[in-house]
Amino acid sequence: MERQETAPSGRRIRLRLGLNRAAKGLFFLSAVFALVVLAVLIIQILVQSAGWIDWPFLTGKLSLDPERAGILGAIVGTFGLMLVVAPVTMVLGVSTALYLEEYAKPGRFRSFIQTNISNLAGVPSVIFGLLGLTVFGRALGLGSSMLAGGLTMSLLVLPIVVVSSQEAIRAVPAYLREASYGMGATKWQTIRRVVLPASLPGIMTGFILSLSRAIGETAPLVVLGIPVLLMPIPDSLLDDFTALPIQIYYWTLDAVLVKEYANLAAATIVVLLVLLFVLNAAAILIRNTFQKRY
Amino acid sequence: MGVMIDREQRMAGEATGTVIEVRGLNLWYGDVQALHDICMSIPKNRVTAIIGPSGCGKSTFIKTLNRMVELSPLVRTTGEILYDGRDIFNKSWNVEELRTKIGMVFQKPNPFPKSIYENVAYGPRIHGIRKKAILDDIVERSLRAAALWDEVKDRLKENAYGLSGGQQQRLCIARTLAIEPDVILMDEPTSALDPISTLKIEAMIGELKKEYTIVIVTHNMQQAARISDRTAFFLNGYIEEYDDTITLFSMPKSEKTEDYISGRFG
Repeated sequence: MERQETAPSGRRIRLRLGLNRAAKGLFFLSAVFALVVLAVLIIQILVQSAGWIDWPFLTGKLSLDPERAGILGAIVGTFGLMLVVAPVTMVLGVSTALYLEEYAKPGRFRSFIQTNISNLAGVPSVIFGLLGLTVFGRALGLGSSMLAGGLTMSLLVLPIVVVSSQEAIRAVPAYLREASYGMGATKWQTIRRVVLPASLPGIMTGFILSLSRAIGETAPLVVLGIPVLLMPIPDSLLDDFTALPIQIYYWTLDAVLVKEYANLAAATIVVLLVLLFVLNAAAILIRNTFQKRY
Repeated sequence: MGVMIDREQRMAGEATGTVIEVRGLNLWYGDVQALHDICMSIPKNRVTAIIGPSGCGKSTFIKTLNRMVELSPLVRTTGEILYDGRDIFNKSWNVEELRTKIGMVFQKPNPFPKSIYENVAYGPRIHGIRKKAILDDIVERSLRAAALWDEVKDRLKENAYGLSGGQQQRLCIARTLAIEPDVILMDEPTSALDPISTLKIEAMIGELKKEYTIVIVTHNMQQAARISDRTAFFLNGYIEEYDDTITLFSMPKSEKTEDYISGRFG
């Protein structure tokens, strides 16, 4: 057999290795770029909010005077939202996921539902605001209460919960279900005693992430008519309210009029970021704790 | 032939009642026929082994006996399987009830990610037993029968995944025993285990057959010869031969059986 002259020349090797290093460098720069952007954002916020975050700020009511303004109302509003979003998405989301994964027979109907749910995840959040306004705000007469806002947000994040719950349920190995059926368990018993406990960490992770998405969205609340300046703190879920993102929005808008509003906005952003950080950390903690199961 | 058969098995030739009667069973996965006209009587309180090369239908067959095969999509059957005198395919049998009477142990040990106690108590719990005293008793009895009690009695609350492979499989057997079935189906129960665990389980099967009927699929012919009373040789979805184990291994009636057990194929 003849030997071909494929022995690499010095120049060809240098070229290949050079390209290799260039690719690595390029990807590294992209990652660094993302970090830089994040760092700039955070530093700017921290600088602008420095000195403005204190106890009176967190527990005080709104005021037109920036020195006296507090975000208690917005915090209460955001928590009120979470209070509505949590049970609605949990119940509706997990039930839908269970139906799609455990009960629905593969076929056109199931694909139809599946496609529509996935597509919902891509619908702009403003549209959900319109939906909420029409159905919850007007038709059900809930106006711009926390209930209306919460229900609207629930619909917005429902696809996230459904899809992540589906994946968690699907990840439960078939041999565990077989073991249960083999002992004469019904489908519901198998779901309740084997599938749900095993998929709970995944479901919880998706749920917490969807919650953090829900409290960060602004557009639907704007369409729903949530006021940007609200003095009284809401008492019940049917009261009007304001939320942290709306508060940020308002103060940012009017920062051209009152310079200090920019600082207030930055301070509120920090509060919101801390809240989101805590939620995400909880999700990661749960996921890591239960990951070693199998 | 080089296979050892003991005196007990020789006595197994004595007839006992039939607990499962298979009549003309055909099974299709979609368009592919996997089982052809299977006719077989499974004797009570005996060990019936099913041997054959890969893909011959032995796993499919055993999973049909408790209708677990229906968990796969597109499965279609014709023919009858009589258990307790009634055809398991018609409405007179509730499939959950059937599976309580005919239990199954799988090839790969599959304990639940729960404690050892909860694994064994799972069966009784789903059948409505809640009193702790009764559950404690059932758990202990089942673990003893599965030759596992002494090894785990001090750590019943520990996660089952901490056990070794052989222990996990014995746990799965204990789990099946806890629902007090009549028949125990075993689909290659020791193929994933080391030789010592295998021997322990084989010894257990010898004890279990006094109270239960055992049907065991195995690709290990020596195992079939060691522990079974009757053996069925499956080939390409047909039963090639079904006879007392001694007879099948020493004087097989079919040439293909002889070829298989002497290792000429499979």
